[in-house]
Amino acid sequence: MKMNLSHFEAALLFALFTSVVLGVVTRSTDRDRLHYGIYTFCCFVVALFGLGWLMYLGHG
Amino acid sequence: MPVQEKEQKKPAPPLGKWAPAVALGWLIPGGGHFLLKRPGRGLLLLLAITGMFVCGLMMRGYMFQPQSGDLLTTLINTGGFIGDLCGGILYLMTVAFGYSQVDTPGHVHDYGTKFLVTAGLLNLLAMVDAYEIASGRKD
Repeated sequence: MKMNLSHFEAALLFALFTSVVLGVVTRSTDRDRLHYGIYTFCCFVVALFGLGWLMYLGHG
Repeated sequence: MPVQEKEQKKPAPPLGKWAPAVALGWLIPGGGHFLLKRPGRGLLLLLAITGMFVCGLMMRGYMFQPQSGDLLTTLINTGGFIGDLCGGILYLMTVAFGYSQVDTPGHVHDYGTKFLVTAGLLNLLAMVDAYEIASGRKD
């Protein structure tokens, strides 16, 4: 079985898995963990769009 | 009184207190948390790390082998190998079942390689967390 994802899908999947782990290991209460996980995921997505646009505009 | 003197340095916890949790955490992602009676967090770690590793395999990611050569080659391959190795049983089973993928160009393979290494590095974070819980520095 082979997985064929676009750049965007793969990056989103990466962000999802990483955010879950970062949320679990970095905070001390469940509420904070959930918030931090969501915050990290949002940061990934914002960086994804930001860098995407930067590369698009930089490419000319 | 200086701040450094106020802060009392905690003594290192005994090996027997944290080593089983860290070792099990390496072997099975989230295993250390299960051993320390944190099943919810253990399950989340298990699902996220295993999911990432399996996705990496399904994208036909490349497994690093330590190589010597110029500095960059040594750094990338040795660092990548250590990252893969941190995957614990996932890495051991993959090697035992003879998974072999050449490093080919293409964004899917490239993402797969990063997924495999990152899964190992996230497991390393989970092991550090298990250590802190076992040594009483964190709940």
